[in-house]
Amino acid sequence: MSEPVAELTSGGGAALPLGVYSRPKGGGGWRDWVTTVDHKKIGILYGGAALFFFGIGGFEALLIRLQLATPNGTVVGADLYNQLYTMHGVTMVFLVIMPLAAAFANYLLPLQIGARDVAFPRLNAMSFWLFLAGGLFLNFSWLVGDAPDGGWFAYAPNTGVTFSPGHGMDFYAIGLQIAGIASLVSAMNLIVTVLNMRAPGMTLFKMPVFTWMILVVQFLLLFAIPVITVALFLLLFDRNFGANFFNPEMGADPLLWQHLFWIFGHPEVYVLILPSFGIVSEVIPTFSRKPLFGYEFMVFSGIAIGFMGWGVWAHHMFVSGIGPISIGAFTLSTMFIAVPTGVKILNWLATMWGGKIRLTASMLFATGVVSMFTIGGLSGVTHAVSPADTQQTDTYYIVAHFHYVIFGGALLGFFSGFYFWWPKVFGHRLGETLGKWNFWLMIVGFNMTFGPMHILGLNGMSRRIDTYSPGFGFEFWNLFATVGAFVIAFGVLCFAMNVILSARRARGLPPEPPDPWDARSLEWFTPNPTPVHNFDEIVEVSSLDEFWHRKWTTDENGRVVRRATAAEVCQTGDADDVHLPSPSYWPVVVAAGLPLVGFGLLYNLWICVPGTILVLIGVYAWVFEPPDDPDGPFGGGHGDEGHGDEGHGETEESASDESAPQEEAASVE
Amino acid sequence: MSEAIVTEAGEPARGDHDHGDHGTLTGISNNKLLMWVFLGSECLLFGGLISAYLINRSRFHTGPAPGDIFDIPFTSVSSFVLLMSSLTMVLALSALQRGDIRNNRIWLLTTALLGSLFIGGQVYEFTSFLREGLGYTTSPFSSAFFTLTGFHGIHVSVGIVMLMSLAISSYRGTLTQKNSETVEIVGLYWHFVDVVWIFIFTVIYLVPSPTS
Ligand code: HEM
Ligand SMILES: [Cu+2]
Repeated sequence: MSEPVAELTSGGGAALPLGVYSRPKGGGGWRDWVTTVDHKKIGILYGGAALFFFGIGGFEALLIRLQLATPNGTVVGADLYNQLYTMHGVTMVFLVIMPLAAAFANYLLPLQIGARDVAFPRLNAMSFWLFLAGGLFLNFSWLVGDAPDGGWFAYAPNTGVTFSPGHGMDFYAIGLQIAGIASLVSAMNLIVTVLNMRAPGMTLFKMPVFTWMILVVQFLLLFAIPVITVALFLLLFDRNFGANFFNPEMGADPLLWQHLFWIFGHPEVYVLILPSFGIVSEVIPTFSRKPLFGYEFMVFSGIAIGFMGWGVWAHHMFVSGIGPISIGAFTLSTMFIAVPTGVKILNWLATMWGGKIRLTASMLFATGVVSMFTIGGLSGVTHAVSPADTQQTDTYYIVAHFHYVIFGGALLGFFSGFYFWWPKVFGHRLGETLGKWNFWLMIVGFNMTFGPMHILGLNGMSRRIDTYSPGFGFEFWNLFATVGAFVIAFGVLCFAMNVILSARRARGLPPEPPDPWDARSLEWFTPNPTPVHNFDEIVEVSSLDEFWHRKWTTDENGRVVRRATAAEVCQTGDADDVHLPSPSYWPVVVAAGLPLVGFGLLYNLWICVPGTILVLIGVYAWVFEPPDDPDGPFGGGHGDEGHGDEGHGETEESASDESAPQEEAASVE
Repeated sequence: MSEAIVTEAGEPARGDHDHGDHGTLTGISNNKLLMWVFLGSECLLFGGLISAYLINRSRFHTGPAPGDIFDIPFTSVSSFVLLMSSLTMVLALSALQRGDIRNNRIWLLTTALLGSLFIGGQVYEFTSFLREGLGYTTSPFSSAFFTLTGFHGIHVSVGIVMLMSLAISSYRGTLTQKNSETVEIVGLYWHFVDVVWIFIFTVIYLVPSPTS
């Protein structure tokens, strides 16, 4: 960070306290990205970083499958195997699925509610950099040859210093702690954004389902993250300061960890799946050319899942000796939670029913979600039945379940979202042909890999074992699954090629015209790619699917007829008087400090000093930083916030209603 | 976590904005709503820590038992001090809302002072426990006790830093009636920390503790 120093003299002026710099001017290239506070850029950063970690996690998965392809595998040893499956799980859950959700949420949520940014743009940037810092910190453990090895669930006392003497589990605890702060801050930010900054007329029940699901997820995170924060602190204190929370020798009960972890962990699985449910709920109506069937049901079942998700955690502990009453209660609650989940599946089917379905790559992935998640949900219900689960738990049957819900449910949903919103974000579509290859290779490979795991599990193959002996009947399906994993890898390769080739194809061509899919929600009011200020003027909302209703209406026979073309409805994106928050150096500085503090805890407390100093400098400068830079690219133009007068019914009222939150974003944050 | 809070709450020092609660859909300003949401999350943090204490309170291994070691009159006094600081916090806010900068400053400093007294009491309590053989590593009970009260103490300390930042910006003339909401937001945090202490005090000291 040499920039701030360079800015030292040009900023401030005498009246400002020491260290008050002007805000960065951007300046193009990487600096724009490092200092950005634009929710769209932050969304892209989240997406890019998540895909980078997806590569790492996928590589780990392939190594796992190579090791298990044959009995007595020798590709990796037991120790490395433990590190691989632990880091694979941690990476995919915390560094891939969650940040992919954050990517879509950051990019789309302000657009879908008709806002110009989130409520606290700098906090938003800090969330991203913290997530990246946590992820890199976790993966740094590979470089010192000491990766976490206690599973993503990190059951005590296996994770204590006695059984896990290296630094691996410290990397786990600190890395997740940092990433956890990121999720928590971004949850608070998005909640405030949705509650306070919706466009005029957009009541809660006119919000798109994606926005709704993201809102529910943020509440889940808000209350679940502190629980794992506690758990991770206790683990860290046990390991590093000799505390006795999970030490049975001193009479402690290690089950405390399992309770804390799963009280976080079950809400967490809904954190993983609901964003994808939201995406699918946008994609399926668009490509079925019908409104979403039972919007209110969809929203309420999402909210119900959000509540009920808190009452089922002990279904992960059926064999831990929690007693028959608890087992009975949690069996029941777990079966109940499948009901709102089932409602969603039926609603998607009913939406497609009788619709004019267009099987684009995006729609294919969405149908993949519906079908694969159904399989995963059903196997979930089979382990809700505790007597059956006693046989299933800790076997590959569980591995099959959670891959059907997380890969088949969450990840495929994000791919559906990629194909759907790519033109919105980058101004060109992804290729459909490669997209279909992408889909079919992934779905076939996925079922080849994880389908047989149901059989393996029911035949008694344990989870988390680094190898198995011949003669148990595990050989064939394991080999089969390994082949499947490579088919998935080719599918992912198709996606990567698609990204590159479609960008190359689009070079020099004008951007995709507005509304490529005949879509329904507010983000499509903006041209492609979205201009930096989002909306030329804030849209006034009068119905759910506002965008669609401006294009279409029904005639007296109930037939859908066009009322306007997309080009007429869309904004041009050329407003130049919109006041936007200025970029800032400090989010990335604050975020850079925390991993240093982490290294200090692991190796030498002195390293904590520069880390803490960075955090303090960052916070201090953040607080005293001028609200925005009048000479900056987005400066000036106070007052009327680009609210044009035309098309605004009650200009006076709505303009003051609307601009206040925007100012808040610009100057208060 | 605390960093983010200091950042948001310490911002009055900048004193360049005068947003009330106008214009947002909920009628609550973004900053205040952020604090509310954050405090919601904090409930679960302390909920987790209190649970960890409750299941470990009778696991004192060979070390001192909670019933043997607690000095309830002493802690009651320091708890009273902390509760009084909520009162002075309210006075600080109402002074500023009336535009009474001087009294605002006095009550802010008093609140910070009372908070520091509480922290001083905690330090004294910790050291005397240490002398009596209750270290952090002595037993699951001791780990849970120090962790829970320590986390609370850190929260109080962060609050003191925020109060002092407010006082400093008041001396610099940037804390005025129009940004009284900032004091209100810091107040929310301060009251929350107090309320949490009522729970902790009840759970740790008032509920009869096991003796050895
Ligand atoms: C119909 C809804 C669902 C039901 C009834 C259900 C039920 C269960 C049960 C009972 C277990 C524990 C099995 C055992 O360890 O013995 C389990 C494990 C798991 N479930 Fe689900 N589940 C559902 C949906 C989901 C979703 C949506 C996700 C994630 C997106 C998910 C992710 C997981 C994971 C990761 C595990 C394994 C955790 C581990 O032990 O590492 N489940 N599920
Ligand atoms: Cu669960």
